[in-house]
Parts: sequence; C-alpha cells; structure tokens
Amino acid sequence: MMRRLFIGSVWLYFALLLIGPILYLAVQSFDGGISAFWNEVTKPEALHGFTLTLEITAIVLVLNLVFGTITALVLVRQDFAGRTMLSGLIDLPFSVSPVIAGFMLILLFGPDTILGTFFGTLGVKVLFAMPAMVLATLFATFPFVVRELTPLLQTIGTDAEEAARTLGANEWQVFLKVTLPMLRWGFVYGATLTVARAIGEFGAVLVVSGNILMLTQTATLHIYQSYVDFNYVGANAVALTLLAVSFAILTLLEVAKAKAVTTVA
Amino acid sequence: MKIEVRGLTKRFGSVQAVSGVSFTVKEGELLGLLGPSGSGKTTVLRLIAGLETPSGGDIYIDGKRVNDLSVQDRNIGFVFQHYALFKHLTVFENIAFGLKIKKWKPAEIEQRVADLLRLMSLDALEQRYPYQLSGGQRQRVAIARSLAPRPSVLLLDEPFGAVDAKVRQELREWLIRLHDRLNVTSLFVTHDQEEAMEVSGRIIVFSKGTLEQIGSPADVYEEPATEFVARFIGAMNILEGQVLNGVVKIGSLEFPAPNISDHVHVQVGFRPYYVKVSENPQRYRQAATLRHIYFLGVAYRLEIETGEGLILRSRMNKEEFRQYRFEVGRPVSFAVTHFRFLPQQGMSFSPAPPQLFDAGPLTP
Repeated sequence: MMRRLFIGSVWLYFALLLIGPILYLAVQSFDGGISAFWNEVTKPEALHGFTLTLEITAIVLVLNLVFGTITALVLVRQDFAGRTMLSGLIDLPFSVSPVIAGFMLILLFGPDTILGTFFGTLGVKVLFAMPAMVLATLFATFPFVVRELTPLLQTIGTDAEEAARTLGANEWQVFLKVTLPMLRWGFVYGATLTVARAIGEFGAVLVVSGNILMLTQTATLHIYQSYVDFNYVGANAVALTLLAVSFAILTLLEVAKAKAVTTVA
Repeated sequence: MKIEVRGLTKRFGSVQAVSGVSFTVKEGELLGLLGPSGSGKTTVLRLIAGLETPSGGDIYIDGKRVNDLSVQDRNIGFVFQHYALFKHLTVFENIAFGLKIKKWKPAEIEQRVADLLRLMSLDALEQRYPYQLSGGQRQRVAIARSLAPRPSVLLLDEPFGAVDAKVRQELREWLIRLHDRLNVTSLFVTHDQEEAMEVSGRIIVFSKGTLEQIGSPADVYEEPATEFVARFIGAMNILEGQVLNGVVKIGSLEFPAPNISDHVHVQVGFRPYYVKVSENPQRYRQAATLRHIYFLGVAYRLEIETGEGLILRSRMNKEEFRQYRFEVGRPVSFAVTHFRFLPQQGMSFSPAPPQLFDAGPLTP
C-alpha cells in the first residue's frame, strides 16, 4: 500500500513538474500547424538567436575546458597559500543569482569605470556585446568542468603519470598521453553540463546584453521577447527546439555514463 | 647493472625519511628491501628511480652517478604497488608505451610486446583493458611494461601488496623465475618478511630511515645484527637482565656470559624452536605453566609462563607435538637450548655467536 502511494506520488510529481509542461509546450508549439512552427523557427530573428547562442556556447565551452583543467590540476596538485579559499569559491556561481552576476559585470565594465574606459579607448565594446555575454555565461558555467575533474584527479592519483615518466615520457607526453586521456569522462560530463547550462542561460545575459534584436538577442532572449510581444507560437516553437537540444545532450550524457562505468571500474 | 647508494638522505619538511643509507645491489642480483611501513624503504626506491630528489648522498647506476639525471633518462623499470596501469590503453598498448616513447620501429615493438606477453603468460589478453583483468594479471602486465624498454635495473615497490595471498604466492614464484631467466638487477620493497626471505638472494632490513642489516636470508634470520632485526624477522623471545659473575640470571633462567663484564645490561634472544617443552615436569630443569596452544598449520606454538611471570613462546612441529599430551593450564618443564646476546646501541662488546647450551634432560 505504502509502496503504491510512494510510486504514485513520484509519478504525479514528475507529471506536474516535467511531463505536463513539456507536453503542453509541444502541443502549443504546433497550435498554428507545422508550417507556422517552421516559420517561427526559421525566421531571421530566431536563426540569429540560435546562431548567437551557439557561438557563445562554443567559446564558453573551450574556455571552460582549458581553464577548468588548469584550475582543477592546480587545486588538486599544488600546495599554495589560499588554496582552500579558492576551492571554496568555485561553487560560488551556483549560489549567486545570474542577474546579480550580470549586474556585477555592468558595474565593472560600465562607461565610467577604469576597465570600461580602458576598453573604450581600445575601441572594444564589452557591455551590450559579445564579450560581456561570454563573461556572464562563463560565470554561470565555470564550476562544471572543475567540479567534474577535481574528484577524478584525486582518485587517479599520480601513479600512472609516474609510471609514464619511468618509461621515458617527458612532461608534455605524460600530460597528453596519460593525464588527459584518463580524465576523458570528466571532460564529457563537464562539457555536457556546460553546454546545457550555456544554452539555457538567461538572467545574466539579459542584464549585460541589452537584448538588442538581431544583435545581442540569444535564443532564450528571443523566447522571452516573443512572449512579451504576445507571439506565443514563436516563443513556444523556439523553446521546444531548445528543449529538444538539451534533451539530446542529456541523453548523450546518459549513454556516455553507461559506457564510462564499464571503462573506469 | 650494479646499483650503488652512498650516504643517501631524504627529508620531507621536518621529517627525516632516509638517514645516510649506503648499500650496493650487485649486478644481476635480486635484493629485497624489508622494513615496516613508514620505515623509508619506498622512499629509497623512489630516490633510486629519480621520482624523488635526495637531500644528500649519491646514487650510482652501473658506476655512473645519476643524481642529476632525470627519471626519464635513468633507464629504470619501476613496478608500482597498485599497478599504475594506463586504464585507457589495452594490455598491448600498455606494454608498448615505453617503446613508442623511445621511438622503436613498429615491427620491433610488435615483436618485443609479443615476446613479453608470452614470457608473462598474457598471450590471449593483449586486446583487453586493465579493468577486464584480475589483480595478478594486472601486475604481470605492469611488470611486462616495465621490462619492455630493456631497463638496466628493475625496481619493484611492494609489487604483490595489492593481491590476495594465493595470487601473491604465484607472483612471487613468477618473479623468481623471471629473474632467473632475465637476470636483470632487481631491488624490491616489501614489508612482508616471509616474502623477502623467499624471493631475495640478499635482504636489507630497514627501520626508521636507517639500514639495520644487510645479508642473506639465513644471516639475517640466524644472526640478527640488531634488536630491531631480531624482533622484526621471525618470532623471538627477548629477555633483559644484568651480567653478574659471568652469568645473566633472569628469574630461574641462567645464561652464561663469560666474556661480558659485570653489571652490563644485556638482552638475551632465542627463537621459539629453541625452547623445548615437555608435559613431564621431570624432563627439563625449568618449570612453567602452559597458557595457550596455537595451531599454525605446519606447527604448533605454545605459550608458557614461568613462576616469575615470564611469558615464553615455544614452537614444535606436528610430529613432535603429538608425542606429548599437552593440556592448557597444566604444569610443564622446559629448557632453552640456544640463545644469543642481542647487540644494542652503544654496546661495548661485539655480539657473541649463538651459544649452545646444555638442555640438560634430567631423565634421558
């Protein structure tokens, strides 16, 4: 009896929170038929939004992989003053609202600040342009790669790397042929989570982008704008597309996980 | 190739891990570095390999000083306790790793790996990944990998520590056979005295970062150079007393000490099998009570307590044991047939050879 009650309540919970809204979104997206859906998804504003989101995501992914790897290696393997503090700071983006993150960037790069003036004289536009949007998305996604790699590095230890050195490998060969390949599942997880989060980022990007149509309007901002303009089919269609992408990424992650379990064990 | 270590010292911060150790591993020798955990033996191995930098002293491989040579250039093979295999590579790729780094030709790599696979009985496993292998197989892959680039010396750090007792025994026999066949100068670290005895031609006993004794297994067992060695290698009864008129009297036991001056404090050591025990109270001179009987598989260990409260251990084989009718709690008679004075720090006399002692059966 209890068992049925529990299983039933879990189904209900899922239905209310996930399945219901998604199904409703799917149905509403095709309210005007398939052609209306197609028109909304392929109109220039929507395509621009998708492209911009894709560009930001790609840049953020590369930066996160590079600096996430360096950060994780330093935090796990180097002993230096302030290490504990830095480790503690890594989770900060999880607890700070993206809107606040965006707001901090505005304060930092505003026209009257030192940094703002500096980049202004260089002719580089930071705020309401790509750089600020990338920074805002980086802030939100920064923990993912580091958080995946840190425990992995601790489990792996340094034995295999030392073995490679005794076999004649220099530091670069050790890093490229041993360290990186052994971290590969950490990269897969970290990258997947980063991409999923970057695609969905809204708050921080809204604050720093200015939401300029065909210029700084990402896919999520486009959904928001369509909704505000009472274009519900447009908002739904783009939203459903993004949802499908996120779903595909998470499915890939699950497949990867199932495979990783057998190779890491 | 010969390995020579002179005055080797290593400090980690304020911890002195290795203090002024000197020894030589002869060409083609299989030498065991034995000591309790934390005694610095692994550090010595890592220093020789170049995985750690010495705080002082010199390391020579084949007569050449290698202190300033990086680990990559020392041409050593190193086997880790926990295998340290490359988990993302197959058995073949693991063994070929060092050869690829050293830019061997593909055909030569193929040949060398095939030879090693056969030598280590890993033939059918070359396409497996480490997670698909048993512990014993993994360690054999690790040994094959370390041997592949033809190292001048082989260093093994607790190589059998991570596998179960049965596999450990197999691997020991493997190592002995492998060494007989390849004759590569090998130094291996273990905390297991039985393993050191069985595998090595000579043993170095290590304690607290210093070398206690170096010698053949029989030397180290029969003639421990220090109290530590005596206690660490095999079981030993150790009693303390003072010399008076050429005799050390401990309870009712008397040990002749003709060459030691009076009032010198000494330790007397004797192996359990030199303690003869009989359930017949008239058989030997000394009296005691039987406290425990331990069955050890091939032998029995008896624990007896003298009237003064000294606890002694005796050991006898099964056949001998069956001749008696021992009962815990009953009085027994005993005699110590051999003993030796244990060398101690700051001792003014050299350790006497083991002394034979009249067991003195009262009734033949």
